[in-house]
Amino acid sequence: MTDVAIIGVGIHPFGRFGDKSAIQMGAEAIRAALADAGVEWKQVQFAFGGSREVDNPDAVVGLLGLTGIPFMDVYNGCATAATALELTADAIRYGKYDLGVAVGMDKHSHGAFTADPVHYSAPSWYGDIGHFLTTKFFGMKINRYMHDHGISAQTLARVAAKNYRNGGLNPNAFRRKPLTEQQILDSKMLNYPLTNYMFCSPDEGAAAVVLCRADIAHRYTSHPILLRATALRTRSYGAHEVHATWAAVEHTPAPTVYASRAAYETAGIGPEDVDVIQLQDTDAGAEIIHMAENGFCADGDQEKLLAEGATEISGRLPVNTDGGLIANGEPIGASGLRQIHELVRQLRGQAGDRQVPGTPRVGYAQLYGAPGTAGVSILST
Amino acid sequence: MTQIAFAPDVFTWPADDPALIGSRCQQCAAVTFPEQPSCPRCGSVEMARHLLPREGTLWTWTTQAFLPKEPYASGETPETFTPFAVGLVQLGDEVRVEGRLTVADPARISFGMRLRLVIFPFRTDEDGTQVMSYAFTPVEPVEGNR
Ligand SMILES: [Zn+2]
Repeated sequence: MTDVAIIGVGIHPFGRFGDKSAIQMGAEAIRAALADAGVEWKQVQFAFGGSREVDNPDAVVGLLGLTGIPFMDVYNGCATAATALELTADAIRYGKYDLGVAVGMDKHSHGAFTADPVHYSAPSWYGDIGHFLTTKFFGMKINRYMHDHGISAQTLARVAAKNYRNGGLNPNAFRRKPLTEQQILDSKMLNYPLTNYMFCSPDEGAAAVVLCRADIAHRYTSHPILLRATALRTRSYGAHEVHATWAAVEHTPAPTVYASRAAYETAGIGPEDVDVIQLQDTDAGAEIIHMAENGFCADGDQEKLLAEGATEISGRLPVNTDGGLIANGEPIGASGLRQIHELVRQLRGQAGDRQVPGTPRVGYAQLYGAPGTAGVSILST
Repeated sequence: MTQIAFAPDVFTWPADDPALIGSRCQQCAAVTFPEQPSCPRCGSVEMARHLLPREGTLWTWTTQAFLPKEPYASGETPETFTPFAVGLVQLGDEVRVEGRLTVADPARISFGMRLRLVIFPFRTDEDGTQVMSYAFTPVEPVEGNR
């Protein structure tokens, strides 16, 4: 199998952009990634595009140039971008192509996501009685976790405050205004113990990555970043997951744990080797749980780690250095490629005001979402 | 007054002692709620209808403080919406089921509290028909004579 390198990253800011279409944002993200890689669109041999709202992300070719390349569209919930990345990487790993693009784009309306529960293998009445809400699941999951592992509401507030603070350092973030822990705790309780400012919101944006065979990466850049592993997993029997009318008494870890283990094994890298981390912080509680699910600490250690500032940009476990979903919002198709964009900037030493000190060498990104899907990517210099 | 279940085959209704309707795998004994035609544990298609235990304990919970978007069908508006709590309730050692709780105040909810199934009027339609749903209510400790 051929190793794969990331030679270019590009992002369209996340937020609200009036009438601007997701396709336009996607095309701009690709142009930025191509410019970063020093590659022209006509050199791109294939692409994968991810979106929830756009049926045909491949329509970006109308803005970039109708070169006739294969362009495959994917949707895989909150793991959509990780899926586009893995499929693009696999096509190079298995020798079909030398150079391709992964892009994600979305443009969501305001408020929590909704859909027909039947499409999530839940009965239609699940929505009728008011249970079909991702936010409710996250409230239930962190409430039990806090009970089992001694995590306080203050720690939830610390996570959110950190991510807003990091967002303030990121010109592409949606929410750039710092909020105090008290403001976060005092905002409206939406799904106990999670308050309004502890949640991310759906928004708009796009991100793109140019990948190629690692052995030709030096033709394009003096600092290629290796994509050491990608792994996707769905839930196993015994996991308590989003949009489920029931859960088994028998317990198994969440899909993130399985994706994480697989990615570490493929990369030959362990959590102790990781220098900069991007986790799915759909809400502040999710970031706390995902710290443990991805092997960065034991269950319950988060209380102390957050109090010490370990997950700050200057800490020993920097998490969501660009503000995460809480500060960037979640355009589903693009969210995971925003994480990759941030990791690449960090590993190249190009993250500006939010640069992790020292010389970070290994980056880690994780996505998780309904109905129980996780994606993990590991990068290194 | 007519009282109808919000959907067929979710709970026995009308019934003196209603129960949730699940299914049980004839191969591996996995239990689901509601019924489903195949087993999520072993993949078998031999599933039999199975009434779930009526009592259980609270495994986890949260509150729902804002009006859910459509398809929520309570007929409430943001102005009339009454917040509620939702729990994941372990019924015996068989299965954990998501359901509304009849108490919404976090101060009155605790992990492991004993709960029992109740059927309650979820919505009243214009013709007066009550649409019934299921919930879990605390099992009060038996009080002695005072
Ligand atoms: Zn079975």
